Amino acid sequence: MTEFASDRVLKRFPEQVIETHRQHGDDTVVVKRDGLVEVLEFLRDEMDFLMPIDVTCVDRLAMADPPEYESDPLHPMLTTQTVPSLGKLDGPRFEVVYHLRSLSRGALVRVKVPVDEDDPVVPSGTGVLKGFNWFEREVFDMFGIRFDGHPDLRRVLLYPEFEGHPLRKDYPRKGYQPRLDMPGLNGDKVPGIKE
Amino acid sequence: MASKAPAAVNGRDRDLHTENLTINMGPSHPAMHGTVRIILTLDGETVVDADPDIGYLHRGFEKMAEAGTWSKVIPYTDRLNYVSPLINNVGYCGAVEKLLDIEITERCKYIRVFISEIARICDHLTAVAASALEVGAFTPFLWAVQAREEFYFLIEMIAGARVTTSYTRIGGLRWDLPEGWQERYEACEKRLFRMMDDIETLLTRNRIFIDRNADVGVMKAKEAVEWGFTGPSLRAAGVDYDVRKAAPYLVYDRLDFDVPIGHKGDNFDRYLVRLEEIRQSVRIIRQVIRDIPEGPVNVDDWRIVLPPKDAVYNTIEGMIAHFELIMKGVQVPKGEAYYAVEGGNGELGFYLVSDGSGRPYRVHVRPPCFALMQGLKDMIIGGMVADIIPTFDSINMIGGEIDR
Repeated sequence: MTEFASDRVLKRFPEQVIETHRQHGDDTVVVKRDGLVEVLEFLRDEMDFLMPIDVTCVDRLAMADPPEYESDPLHPMLTTQTVPSLGKLDGPRFEVVYHLRSLSRGALVRVKVPVDEDDPVVPSGTGVLKGFNWFEREVFDMFGIRFDGHPDLRRVLLYPEFEGHPLRKDYPRKGYQPRLDMPGLNGDKVPGIKE
Repeated sequence: MASKAPAAVNGRDRDLHTENLTINMGPSHPAMHGTVRIILTLDGETVVDADPDIGYLHRGFEKMAEAGTWSKVIPYTDRLNYVSPLINNVGYCGAVEKLLDIEITERCKYIRVFISEIARICDHLTAVAASALEVGAFTPFLWAVQAREEFYFLIEMIAGARVTTSYTRIGGLRWDLPEGWQERYEACEKRLFRMMDDIETLLTRNRIFIDRNADVGVMKAKEAVEWGFTGPSLRAAGVDYDVRKAAPYLVYDRLDFDVPIGHKGDNFDRYLVRLEEIRQSVRIIRQVIRDIPEGPVNVDDWRIVLPPKDAVYNTIEGMIAHFELIMKGVQVPKGEAYYAVEGGNGELGFYLVSDGSGRPYRVHVRPPCFALMQGLKDMIIGGMVADIIPTFDSINMIGGEIDR
């Protein structure tokens, strides 16, 4: 490969790019939230990254310090809970990660967007490539990050009444959910069915 | 048959008042294998709107993976795509090795290619067999499943289990291939080819099968790429994309094989692409059998792979290494990596993040079916209700993988 996508992005949007790296050979560019759609459009139109591969998120809450694992002395491998201490993290808590692939270049690029916990909103990439649709729904489902401009932001894997976002690091591994009444028993509408 | 319902039958019911009907298809319906629900809005028998609803098999794979050590995730990966679990094993271990920056042995690479292709054959056999079943042909299904059973015996011989294989390890494999694997494979191949000839005789030129599948569930190349399609469904649309060629892993760059592509992107093309891919997989396996080198299957590093039992019982170093590895696990340095393999249905990617604590910080799977299911809507709207079943089957959604 002659040129890396991250270098082109850096040259084109110097103020939007926070960092670029190629750890383990994965071409990565970290951009500011406001520049995400611009960067994705640039990658699609000028770099031929037409294929949406993946959207996911990393909750960096437990990254700041080594997480404290509360171990059972009899079974040291069976850790019970990982609830890291809050407030020691440097930088934003979440990182939304986009992966795109270019068929003509045979290259993969990763675009990361740091997101603050207080304002977990990211502009949606669905306007650029519609295939991000369900992947962004999954991130919303699992991390509670809202995608601004997403056409259909609902939970995708879990049910609508689910409380909390399970892949956040402060969601307990043995989390319990409130019991739901069976829909339709008392004459109320079954969720999901449109009139 | 993707046509509009006739507005008038015999010119009589032109003014007949109709209204759209919303129904549930699934989640527990004999045809919706994999437990998935599609909320359909119908105008007569024409699909006006469709909303696939997944998640019925969600068991928190990604959350569970954060609990144990890196090697404890391997058994969970068997349950992702339970039709081709060996590919999941290869994908996950490859991703961890990428994070570790280690090079696995030559023999291990060839064996991983071998087991991936066997798993791919099983996966495609299931998909092809079910596509016949969906339109009422029961015989090809039984034949294909019987041929798959032969491969399951081979997998059992290699890994010790038919489906829950957990055959790969970080840095190598559970053990080397057993004695007599080549003869066993030859027998499977013979059976496979006999079955494939029979199936092709029954289906490929079968009028009913073609009528039900050709021009049904069409997904054009541009749309397919935009929806994130990969695998046979994308290639059937005419896009030449295969992870094994586009970003070769293991030894695929040294092997000679073709990537079949279709041109219409309908169910029938997907069926043909899968059939041809089975033949290409056999071609790859033959080259593997020809080229596979002798040598160790595991890397020579006791921080990653368990030492041999002889060393554990008789030397203090081996004992310590064994203890450290069992109690603390593989120490993966800080970093992140994305590693993709070509699964049965498309690009199966693993995005791993490590914080250096010896446990996975984040394990994310990119299931190929997830993208396929979001595009399913476009494939069935405008068609008939009866066409949903073959279309849904032709993308071969696997519940364990899409729901994680």
